[in-house]
Amino acid sequence: MKICVLVKEVPDAAVEKRIDPATGRMDRSGEKNLNPYDTHAIEAAMQIREGGTPVEEIVAVTMGPESAERTLHKAVSLGADRSVHICDDALAGSDVAATGYALAQVLRGESPDLVLLGQQSDDGECYTIGAVVAEHLRMPSLTQVIKMDVESDALRCERQAEYGYDTVAVKLPAVISVGDAINEPRYPSLKAIMGAKKKPLQRLSAAEAGIDLAKVGGESSGAHWIAVMPPPQKPPGEIIEDEDTNETVEKILAWLEQRKLI
Amino acid sequence: MSNILVYALHYEGQINKNSLGAVSEGARLAAELGGEAHALLVGDQAGEELAGPLGAYGAKKALIASGPEGLAQPVVDAMAKAITDGGYKYALFGGGLLGFEIGAGLAARLGAGVVMEVTGVRVQEGKLIAQRPILGDSAISEIEFRSPVGIVIGRLNAFEAKESGAGAAAVQRIDYELSAHAQQATMVKRGEQRGADVDIEGADIIVAGGRGLGKPEGFQLCEDLAAAFGGNAAVAATRAVVDAGWYPYAAQIGQTGKTVSPKLYLAAGISGAIQHKVGMQSSENIIAINKDSNAPIFEFCDLGIVGDLNKIVPKLTEAVKARRGA
Ligand SMILES: Cc1cc2nc3c(=O)[nH]c(=O)nc-3n(C[C@H](O)[C@H](O)[C@H](O)COP(=O)(O)OP(=O)(O)OC[C@H]3O[C@@H](n4cnc5c(N)ncnc54)[C@H](O)[C@@H]3O)c2cc1C
Ligand SMILES: Nc1ncnc2c1ncn2[C@@H]1O[C@H](COP(=O)(O)O)[C@@H](O)[C@H]1O
Repeated sequence: MKICVLVKEVPDAAVEKRIDPATGRMDRSGEKNLNPYDTHAIEAAMQIREGGTPVEEIVAVTMGPESAERTLHKAVSLGADRSVHICDDALAGSDVAATGYALAQVLRGESPDLVLLGQQSDDGECYTIGAVVAEHLRMPSLTQVIKMDVESDALRCERQAEYGYDTVAVKLPAVISVGDAINEPRYPSLKAIMGAKKKPLQRLSAAEAGIDLAKVGGESSGAHWIAVMPPPQKPPGEIIEDEDTNETVEKILAWLEQRKLI
Repeated sequence: MSNILVYALHYEGQINKNSLGAVSEGARLAAELGGEAHALLVGDQAGEELAGPLGAYGAKKALIASGPEGLAQPVVDAMAKAITDGGYKYALFGGGLLGFEIGAGLAARLGAGVVMEVTGVRVQEGKLIAQRPILGDSAISEIEFRSPVGIVIGRLNAFEAKESGAGAAAVQRIDYELSAHAQQATMVKRGEQRGADVDIEGADIIVAGGRGLGKPEGFQLCEDLAAAFGGNAAVAATRAVVDAGWYPYAAQIGQTGKTVSPKLYLAAGISGAIQHKVGMQSSENIIAINKDSNAPIFEFCDLGIVGDLNKIVPKLTEAVKARRGA
């Protein structure tokens, strides 16, 4: 089996995310990291391999600016065998549909048996790249999968949907986004971190990846940002730092009594 | 004329509440655009008696396509066919998991722009503009469509179901071809309820626990506090801990769980992710106990306690008991 894992570079959780008011795009300066949700996808690939299913290759794939190379090193340190980086200014500002199309073009060249993704990107939060990629590749797909068993040429997947837990059998090749409850990602060993830069990393321009430039980038995207505004103002809540817990509890009780909640 | 096609999810003979909201919203927008809202149902269980009443929510027509239920890709096939044949300008979805998957697949199929987590839609110069909160709801972006078809996926509970009093929708069966890849996934078991069947929807006071409880036994703290409040108090949970098997699915609040609006919602060890927030934000009073002062829940609670729940909750339980006993 060959597995491709889609990974993304996102602003570090500790960095305040903000929008560039001029372009409506995310301000991508500041510390960046591998999207934490994607570490679950890499771990899921590793567990398939370690679970006895022969996995010839795990390939990490990203689309992003130059700095995203570090994210690929991280993905490799967590278990990927090599990585592919689509890096091209022409891709900047692509919406979900365009991003999914571009990633699908690269994946087509790799022809994996299984494509794994994270449940969401920490910055974009679209939850949908998997469904877009699958449609372009004409593969079956599920998102938010929290249990996945390989059964010869198919996967048995479980996930929570609107009405409870669903179990779905999915034939390979397939595109699966994994939920964060699927596993506990490992920490990379020091050796793996040191060795990551030596593993093959292929950098492709959009043209080299077979991406039609008319279908990507901000101007070609079907969903177009026109404005950004503050959310409706809600008066801020009262915040208590717990120092003396007895005192804190008295304050909570007074608050409850004032509102006749007790 | 701009018509809107709304996906109507149904299960066990009932239309999903969020789909009813989406139909109502679609009808409102279509009227402004000078067009009609139509609903589409997929499934072998979908018939006239389910589809017709959508007229009361504003759907002029209800299309029914047979096919497997609970999976997104067959619906993409049916909706793509309906949109191509019917010349719809927009597709609209209520909140939920399937809506996200179908909307995204449809965007890829039709080369359409898609916006998700939409909390509001307005009409400007004969076109829809979608409003989507971003960056943990700290800003709202406005999005227009430059594609022939625009796809709007609502946030859970964003659109209110409103009966407009109109009569039944004209029901029409449609044919479409199930694509090869849509046949590669099959439902083995749907809607499994994991854990006990607890009732939280009628509760006046809800004590909710999340991953911050540390271990399944941590829920005892929530149960003790709920018991101390007495009367109509219940315990609820986040998806993180339900998926981990710490607490029953029936007690889950949020996008793929229940929506509640009790008099008091006390969240212990819950970060306040959007998918949780959508299920409890209309609670009358929200108290949050979290040790991380940057937790998103502090952005929308009424009283926030920054501290360790293991220290605070037991003492709070004792104090509530004492006060009520007195
Ligand atoms: C499509 C989709 C659907 C989803 N549906 C739902 C849904 O229906 N319901 C839902 O809840 N989620 C849902 N989620 C998941 C959601 O995004 C979050 O992952 C989840 O709500 C997080 O749960 P949590 O707050 O328990 O855990 P975490 O986010 O891990 O938060 C735990 C919190 O506990 C705090 N904490 C830790 N220790 C202590 C301590 N000793 N004292 C005090 N505080 C402490 C931490 O600071 C942290 O803020 C969905 C996600 C997706 C993508
Ligand atoms: N630019 C990208 N490059 C590679 N993978 C991506 C990219 N954007 C999103 N993904 C993948 O898609 C998942 C869902 O992202 P999103 O739909 O943005 O929430 C992420 O967890 C990643 O696995």
